[in-house]
Amino acid sequence: MLAKRIIPCLDVKNGRNVRGVRFSADRDAGDPVDLARRYDEEGADELVLYDITASAEKREIVADLVRQVSEQVFIPFTVGGGVRTFDDIRTIIEGGAEKASINSAAVRTPELITRGAERFGTQAIVGSIDAVRRGGKSERPEWEVVINGGRTPTGKDVLEWALELVDRGAGEIVLNSIDADGTREGYDVELNRAVAELVDVPIVASGGSGGPEHMYQVLHRGKASAALAASIFHYRQYSIPQVKAYLATRGVCVRRRVRVEL
Amino acid sequence: MIVIVDCGAGNLRSVQKGFERVGHAASITDRPEDVNSAARVVLPGVGAFGDAMVNLKAGGLIEPLLDSIDSGRPFLGICVGLQLLFSESDEMGRHRGLGVFPGKVRRFPDGVRVPQIGWNQVRIRRQTPLLEGIPDDAFFYFVHSYYVDPDLESDCVATTDYALDYTSVAGRGAAYGLQFHPEKSQDLGLLILKNFAERVC
Repeated sequence: MLAKRIIPCLDVKNGRNVRGVRFSADRDAGDPVDLARRYDEEGADELVLYDITASAEKREIVADLVRQVSEQVFIPFTVGGGVRTFDDIRTIIEGGAEKASINSAAVRTPELITRGAERFGTQAIVGSIDAVRRGGKSERPEWEVVINGGRTPTGKDVLEWALELVDRGAGEIVLNSIDADGTREGYDVELNRAVAELVDVPIVASGGSGGPEHMYQVLHRGKASAALAASIFHYRQYSIPQVKAYLATRGVCVRRRVRVEL
Repeated sequence: MIVIVDCGAGNLRSVQKGFERVGHAASITDRPEDVNSAARVVLPGVGAFGDAMVNLKAGGLIEPLLDSIDSGRPFLGICVGLQLLFSESDEMGRHRGLGVFPGKVRRFPDGVRVPQIGWNQVRIRRQTPLLEGIPDDAFFYFVHSYYVDPDLESDCVATTDYALDYTSVAGRGAAYGLQFHPEKSQDLGLLILKNFAERVC
């Protein structure tokens, strides 16, 4: 049976790990390669490196980080954050990452998704959507796509945008709720469910995890294929085995790490 | 020497690093003469089936790959590298493959998420040196939209359940193909690479 995935996310700036709340404040929280190794050791199903470096040397910093992580961990990983051009995608994939996650640039240049999928396959292209809920807690909520770290509204409807991303070749959709991000009050379950029922590709839920019960809710009720979280793992509030043990008691299929003498 | 064949579809470094991690050097090449002289050949692959065949053909690699398999040297196809060993694929039109294993490459039916992405279980149907030490129903990392459907039951080594029970490891003699990514499947995946380097002959 295909297991639901638990994915720790590392927010990286200038080659260091940082932790952001609602995409703004950040503080240094260690070496991303060490953290990647720890998550790999604990049995993470994948890793996401979210790079928020803004400098001109960005591409070299990312390439170096991808190389270092792929030296040390033998699980799949995705690199996102400021992926703007076809060459950015190439740098990520050729460095040893499985997937490039494309967010704002896809809104500005949708062909980037098409070209990336044609060249590297749909499995290598993740369409990442930052969503803001409009219409509050109404019975039929709507979500708007925002870009530039949540600062710029686009007027696009999240459901329509998700369909277009898949149509253009995104093999997976990451849904990041800007409202929930950093709050630890739970994922936007309705958002995930609405998109999961609409598109055929797997959905990765992001933003708002405060613990295993939130993950259960978004994987079960929200129909997400994977749950991504940063701070709860990062500050050791929960370990990955703890989360998986909890999910298993709720009847969710999870993978446990198997150790072998190599 | 283990040779990893580059058919232009990215991410070969992780396969190379996987072998290094278990103590075996492997070189990445797109030169036919390197395939001809290799003791063991690995054909990874992501992306589209048709493009991969076009690249292999353009690179003059088809004959060296077939010779290598015919001569009984250990061979390992990974993901699309497994699919390329089959007769033909439905992916974006109809494409002929290498035809080592008679059978087709088909798209997953409606009703499941495509691509399949994530860790799924592998049920061993036949004992082989490649899977020595691998427990039954262990999880490996898969990413694919198409699966292989061998004509001969004897070519099926292990199966995985996703919409249907399909062949996730194919093998005959010293030629094997894995639908999942051993280089991204932690300890058990690395054990398969180690077995390929040390036990398959």
